[in-house]
Amino acid sequence: MNSKEIIARRIAQELKDGDVVNLGIGLPTMVSNYLPKGVNIILQSENGFIGLAPAKEIDPDLTNAGGQPVGTIPGAAMFDSCTSFMLIRGGHVDATVLGGLQVDGHGNLANWMVPGKMVPGMGGAMDLVSGAKKVIVGMEHTSKDGESKILVSCDLPLTGKGVVNMIVTELAVMRVTMEGLHLDEVAPGVTAEEVIAKTKAKLIISPDLRTMKGLDN
Amino acid sequence: MEKIISLEKALEKVKDGMIIMIGGFLGVGTPLALVDGLVKKNVRELTIIANDTAMPQVGIGKLVVNKQLKKLIASHIGTNPETGRQMIAGELNVELVPQGTLAERIRCGGAGLGGFLTPTGVGTIVEEGKQRLVLNGKNYLLEMPLHADVALLAAHKADKFGNLVFRRTTRNFNPMMAFAADTVIVEAKEIVETGSIDPDEVMVTGVVVDWLVQGKGGKA
Repeated sequence: MNSKEIIARRIAQELKDGDVVNLGIGLPTMVSNYLPKGVNIILQSENGFIGLAPAKEIDPDLTNAGGQPVGTIPGAAMFDSCTSFMLIRGGHVDATVLGGLQVDGHGNLANWMVPGKMVPGMGGAMDLVSGAKKVIVGMEHTSKDGESKILVSCDLPLTGKGVVNMIVTELAVMRVTMEGLHLDEVAPGVTAEEVIAKTKAKLIISPDLRTMKGLDN
Repeated sequence: MEKIISLEKALEKVKDGMIIMIGGFLGVGTPLALVDGLVKKNVRELTIIANDTAMPQVGIGKLVVNKQLKKLIASHIGTNPETGRQMIAGELNVELVPQGTLAERIRCGGAGLGGFLTPTGVGTIVEEGKQRLVLNGKNYLLEMPLHADVALLAAHKADKFGNLVFRRTTRNFNPMMAFAADTVIVEAKEIVETGSIDPDEVMVTGVVVDWLVQGKGGKA
């Protein structure tokens, strides 16, 4: 199982039946492939609808927020961008899953620009992190150069300040609390020491530290 | 009043230096014939307000490639590398706005509101130059309305009075923009007789639509 699949499978365990969920582009989109049996979630897309399903046919008038063709579930609804963000900002989205460039121990998230290099824009991410009831960041633990992406303090421009609830990587599950970052779970075959060595932020080891479950669903 | 005009007549309403709102999300719900017409006409020094700049060969993306923009106000430019290149090179002034804030600023512009308070962007560079207010212990940014000279919109169906119906995810920014510009031009795939759209099905009232252009029929 590759890193992305571990992350997507573990995040899928966090979602509850009936949750309204917004999944970011890329790795977060994979989460819907691994939902536990009996868990049906309602996917929201910021370009203006609720009730996404895989595309059965290509309809150029119907895409997700990444511009990819999608379908609808029975009960789906279409609306304008203001209504879409009423759902997002108004606390009607139970969880959002986003990728990250950097996250820190204060729950700060940076995922929308690298000054002078890559400036795609924030799209709906800033609204999502300020309005969704639960913000889960799914990303690889380290950058391509092996640098920790979980820092004492983010140095890239922030997407949101103090907004992250949970970080899931291929090595660990961490929870943001008032005291700091709790290490709750490690991936199978990974030790807490290994996670600490690869993490720049200070980690508080949970008294009930456990191994990630549900990866083989 | 007759609202149906030719594409050429519609394009005459757009002049150099104007502020133009364009509907659509990655080209879906963008009035492609009108935007292609602007490229051909080569109107310049435009300020474009839109969610994104699509892809280099699609819709607004072509305006960017043809360097017709002076300023861009958008939430996302990642799908069009040329926009990012022009921004980093200092050739194009880009104001990046969170998507929900952009939609609401446009709505305010058309709704007679002086601005609104949002928690989005507090503690980020989006806050720079803006007033922060604390109400009931919560932090908000004061965001100001957006208004345009012309809005170029796409609809699935219009009646001759200008009542609009959108299909699937083509709706996005179009309804708010219909209220937020001095002149509103809609490219509709189908134009029907006034009265043939049930009033309950109308998504934008024709009173805010000035001109209608017949777009390509059928899906996209």
